[in-house]
Amino acid sequence: MAVTDRVQPPPPDTNPRASRGKSVKRLAFSQKVSKWDVKLSPYLYISPFFLLFAITGLFPLLYTAWVSLHSWNLIGGQGDFTGLENYAFVLAQPFFWNAVGNTFSIFLLSSVPQVVLAIAIAAVLDANLRARTFWRMGVLVPFVVAPVAVGLIFNNLFADQAGLVNEILTGIGLDPVRWHSDSLASHAAIATMVNFRWTGYNALIFLAAMQAVPRDVYEAATIDGAGRLRQFFSVTVPMLRPTIIFVVITATIGGLQIFDEARVFDQAGLGGADRQWQTLTMYIWELGWGQRNFGRASAVAWLLFLIIVVIAMANFLITRRIATQGGRR
Amino acid sequence: MQNRARITALSAAAACLALTLAACGSGGEENAGVEGETGTEEVTLSVGTFNEFGYEELFTEYEELNPNVTIEHKKAATSNEARDNLTTRLAAGSGLSDIEGIEMDWLPELLEYSDQFADLSDPAVEGRWLDWKSAAATTEDGQLIGYGTDAGPQAVCYRADLFEKAGLPSDRESVADMLDGSWQDYFDAGKKFVAASDGTAWFDSAGATYQGMINQVENAYEEEDGTVIATENPEVKDIYEQVLQASVTDGLSAHLTQWEDDWTASFQSDAFATKLCPGWMLGIIEGNAEGIDGWDIADVFPGGAGNWGGSYLTIPTQGANQAEAKKLAEWLTAPEQQIKAFESKGNFPSQVDALESETLLGQTNAFFNDAPTGEILVNRANAIDIRPFKGPKYFPINDAMQQALTRVDVDETDDPASSWEKFVTAVGAL
Repeated sequence: MAVTDRVQPPPPDTNPRASRGKSVKRLAFSQKVSKWDVKLSPYLYISPFFLLFAITGLFPLLYTAWVSLHSWNLIGGQGDFTGLENYAFVLAQPFFWNAVGNTFSIFLLSSVPQVVLAIAIAAVLDANLRARTFWRMGVLVPFVVAPVAVGLIFNNLFADQAGLVNEILTGIGLDPVRWHSDSLASHAAIATMVNFRWTGYNALIFLAAMQAVPRDVYEAATIDGAGRLRQFFSVTVPMLRPTIIFVVITATIGGLQIFDEARVFDQAGLGGADRQWQTLTMYIWELGWGQRNFGRASAVAWLLFLIIVVIAMANFLITRRIATQGGRR
Repeated sequence: MQNRARITALSAAAACLALTLAACGSGGEENAGVEGETGTEEVTLSVGTFNEFGYEELFTEYEELNPNVTIEHKKAATSNEARDNLTTRLAAGSGLSDIEGIEMDWLPELLEYSDQFADLSDPAVEGRWLDWKSAAATTEDGQLIGYGTDAGPQAVCYRADLFEKAGLPSDRESVADMLDGSWQDYFDAGKKFVAASDGTAWFDSAGATYQGMINQVENAYEEEDGTVIATENPEVKDIYEQVLQASVTDGLSAHLTQWEDDWTASFQSDAFATKLCPGWMLGIIEGNAEGIDGWDIADVFPGGAGNWGGSYLTIPTQGANQAEAKKLAEWLTAPEQQIKAFESKGNFPSQVDALESETLLGQTNAFFNDAPTGEILVNRANAIDIRPFKGPKYFPINDAMQQALTRVDVDETDDPASSWEKFVTAVGAL
């Protein structure tokens, strides 16, 4: 409360009875204003975000919970209150668990290589390159391409019979991969699309963090006789820990909500005939817009929300541990 | 992180939806009694279509005939996009165009909410459409929710050059004779063809062939009262088994999924010799098979006749200018105008009078060996006498079935029996 100290205490009064009413009133008002100022202004300054969040984030979240407790048709609207019936139904569906599995599989196949690659690319960009800005802008180009366009291009590459990837594989004497039939192959293909789009973006975040690493640390390492590779692993990567935590957590949230790339992987957009690559968000789409059952779709949406919260917390605990270990050294 | 932008967009959309839901009560009542007033007042009519309805020039013409009307055209790229737009705005209670184009495929879902659409039945348009066309848009109590635009009568397109190589008759009259009859005759001809040809399949996909067959069953998946019978109906199971027998056991299928990249590419590689083709498919074949000679079309369809696709114009009751909109929709779907749309984009008309038009009957198609496509498709349209009942769950069920077929025919992840089990599970989950 250092700020309130600045408010002058009322001067000692010689004749309390005569002046109390007047002076107290005057002082109380200015005091009140400055008190409000001190107490409320900070909240006012940060309020736009929270108001916006309440309208666009919190309200839909709670409304979705409300919808998930009813039978609710997309066009017909609210039906009977059904309690947790939608949740029970969805949890009993093999399709739901299949979608959970696919989501995690695609998430891992995309996030892990993405973070590793992004750090490697950032390290290269951090070096003394000619036309540095050109290369740095270059890695962001895939990010600018619309996901649907990426989908169209990669679909063509990954077509089972006529695709370029399989042409090359058969060309060098390998068996063609059944990209749209084999579950794991389809996940790999979708993860490729995700990585194509997001690796460069993450690389730029890592690059920014790398540039913040004090150069004298490297100089000291050089004097100690550490080579480039040793410097990278012993100086750069530990210094990047907070950034890695940030990227991993945001990638988790995004990865568990993957939709666009998987949806455009074939024309029907339902995740394959055997639901080989149907993710949770696609399952929500199928329930809500395909079957028009908003109640069940909302139940899955809430389950997804809970999964993300759990995973993000686990993530946070693990990475914080790593981070504090790094800090102590 | 991939989807941070989408989270924002989705939550914004959800908020809007919630807000408009609250607002929809007032919107509905305001427009309840507008019917009947058509005048000379200035009106702007919005028309929502998708793909190609061929209406661009007609709009200009209508504006010249009715100087008080300005038409605003909102065109969605695909039928799916139009469907999503329509359902979302129906749910929101506002934002739809005065006239909305609807595809036959998602019409049954909307018949359930017929109170959201103006009743278009009118003595002036009685008998204008082929029976099955207007019947599909009529509710049980006789409300007509849409005016028919185009239709998709199906014939058989085939590769005359490949037929010839395999020693089969190849001119379109003899092919029509050979394929006339049941689906079994079609499959038998296929067996002969495959035995005599070098690796070319008889048809493109099990899913497409199934589509042709199931469209000839009156109550395939649902009873009139909405009871789902898809998994118990012996006819459905029988067709399922017939198609897979022909596709996989007899090897007649090229093992493709319609509309996929492999399917599109297959037109260039002699992958299959015949294809069931509604009128609008001709343009697609011509586009995909560019530079390939030998395509022809026969005036025949196994099992009689069938329709695949076609659209309607509806007038949502949330619009403010329903009377003027109805006038425009009626004019656009009149036989004369449909012929103009046909000339513009090749949309095959569903109007009885239009089928007698010289322009239509005289149409030939150079790509299909100068076949009289107009005359063939008119014959195919007139031959349609089955009205398959499509209830509100028709499309999710049909989707599940298509997936079941794909699992066996294309993905090879299942055999017919296990794939059927998965189909039963999927239908049970609806």
